[in-house]
Amino acid sequence: MPELLQFLFSGVTVGAVYALVALGFTIIYNASDVVNFAQGEFVMLGGMLTFVCHAAGLPLPLAALIAIAATSAIGVAMNKLAIEPARGAPVVSLIIITIGASIFIRGGAQLLFGKQIHSFPAFSGDTPLRIGGATILPQSLWVIGGAVVVFVGLWLFFTRTLTGRAVLATSNNRLAAQLVGINTGFVMTLSFALSAGIGALAGVLATPITLTSYDVGLAFALKGFAAAMLGGMGNPKGALAGGFLLGLIEALTAGYLSSQYKDAAAFVVILLVLFFMPQGLFGQKSVDRV
Amino acid sequence: MQKTLTTTALATLLALGATAASAEIRIGASVSATGPAAFLGDPEAKTLEMLVEQINEKGGINGEEIALTLYDDGGDPNKARTFATRLIEDDEVVAIIGGSTTGTSMSILSVAEDNEIPFISLAGAIEIIDPVKPFTFKTPHTDRMACQKIFEDMQKQGITTIGMISGTDGFGASMQAQCKDVVGEYGITVAADETYNPTDADMTTQLTKIRNTEGVQAVLNPGFGQGPSIVTRNYRQLAIDLPLYQSHGVASDGFIELAGAEAAEGVRLPGTALLIADQLGADDPQKAVVDAYKTAFEEKTGTSVGTFGGYAHDAFLILTDAITRAGSAEPQAIRDAIEATSGLAGTTGVYTMSPENHLGLDLSAFRMLEIKGGEWTVVE
Repeated sequence: MPELLQFLFSGVTVGAVYALVALGFTIIYNASDVVNFAQGEFVMLGGMLTFVCHAAGLPLPLAALIAIAATSAIGVAMNKLAIEPARGAPVVSLIIITIGASIFIRGGAQLLFGKQIHSFPAFSGDTPLRIGGATILPQSLWVIGGAVVVFVGLWLFFTRTLTGRAVLATSNNRLAAQLVGINTGFVMTLSFALSAGIGALAGVLATPITLTSYDVGLAFALKGFAAAMLGGMGNPKGALAGGFLLGLIEALTAGYLSSQYKDAAAFVVILLVLFFMPQGLFGQKSVDRV
Repeated sequence: MQKTLTTTALATLLALGATAASAEIRIGASVSATGPAAFLGDPEAKTLEMLVEQINEKGGINGEEIALTLYDDGGDPNKARTFATRLIEDDEVVAIIGGSTTGTSMSILSVAEDNEIPFISLAGAIEIIDPVKPFTFKTPHTDRMACQKIFEDMQKQGITTIGMISGTDGFGASMQAQCKDVVGEYGITVAADETYNPTDADMTTQLTKIRNTEGVQAVLNPGFGQGPSIVTRNYRQLAIDLPLYQSHGVASDGFIELAGAEAAEGVRLPGTALLIADQLGADDPQKAVVDAYKTAFEEKTGTSVGTFGGYAHDAFLILTDAITRAGSAEPQAIRDAIEATSGLAGTTGVYTMSPENHLGLDLSAFRMLEIKGGEWTVVE
């Protein structure tokens, strides 16, 4: 029993990281149908910039805030410099641009920060909490909490606020959105700022567990993307569920089958889900009204 | 127009004359400064550049400056082969250092052997120098030797059953295979054999399985990068009360920092003299060379020295030592001199080459280290 509990804790810890990354994908996707493959780089920047500021002597909360703000600014710059000039290009071209941006950011980070692996102290110490014979680190609770808070925030944003609805409207039909007076350029800028900020927050919360270096972004982006696809792209609920599900599948496979098959098992499940439910677990079928 | 032409011709002539007057020894290197093996190639490249600078400031070797041509093969064996060919044909080097990984080393060595240019590899696999090839040498101890050192220490403590948790990266997978190959000779059995992906964030699942495997008396973690740090933290999180052995892959101060001194307490690993520079006795043959390298590297790069940069240091040391002794920069003379290297103290160990042994290190080059209070200490 403690064994199963430990596997579950491990799965939830990893799953919360995936969920946070997956949540970052939803906003840009909702605004423009673009899957932003630079999302993992935002996570890396969040962790890396926090480390740099913290190492420079700033207190951790301030360092984290600066990192999140700076990453948001980088997200906005990416939109202005790379995505906006290609306005009108097909979605696939825009996705390829985000891949280019991610390679650029990774290269820049390598030059600026070097190739060392870094970390900063956990927020509430390293003493594990013991529950029913299993252990979990306090930092895992921070990550889980962060994922839930971001989820609730996004859900309220998309369903309860005018701006959130404007984002959805822009995604649905940009021209129609413009006609009813939505500033679609601003919506895009906002969505990149928010996505980058959420990505950076994920990096800030996860780094004491996962550690960070210039090249961690790719792995985050792939797992986060897989989680988002599993849950249903664009749906915050899907991102949250997909992330935790992916983490749990990995941990339970490693625990009861073999750690060799952990990643394979997760991807088999994703393929099966997408085969029977192409929109993912919580994705909505796109219905075109004629 | 006429005047410009004359000036240009004159300048060219001067330039040519200048090159001819100060002859230089051309050395080539191809390391993986970027890409998946950047953790090896990056400190190696920095070390080589620093050492060439140092030696030229002192007036070079036998009065001739050293010109280093350094390529970054990104860990790709095909690129390494191209660079090796370019180094020999276009850059006309007299010797090559490099091959951060076994794959790149194997490509470079075939080119070097064909052209009869001495080559010193920085990679771990025994295949590079076994069977002995006339022009190929290497500086790092093999992964197998690291395994043997660890198993020797386990044997002394009466450990007979162990669990292994290995990274699936190149380093971890290679060492896992070597260790499993050699473990039987020490009367030790591997009861649990788990792996993790180098980008994984949590290894408590694998460690729980190892802990629950009956009879496990110690755990060995071959791996590089953040993996071993996370394993070490998770090990303490689960409060596993068995000895934990890490590999020489994480033998650097950065490991203690990342894992945390508290979690790393009691971790043992086979390391080189580099890590315990301040604890070496004044009579230790490696003392002077280790001190000099550590101080210079840390001052120049601001990062702590690691085993891998030390490999490049030793390759360069062996090469310059050989050129000095040969009194010539002819590839054949350098090769003969390298093979005659005897009692040369490097950062990794004391090298003594022979026609049958192109590595020149034995198990004594490794020192079994234990982390105590956030510091490396030597296990007697």
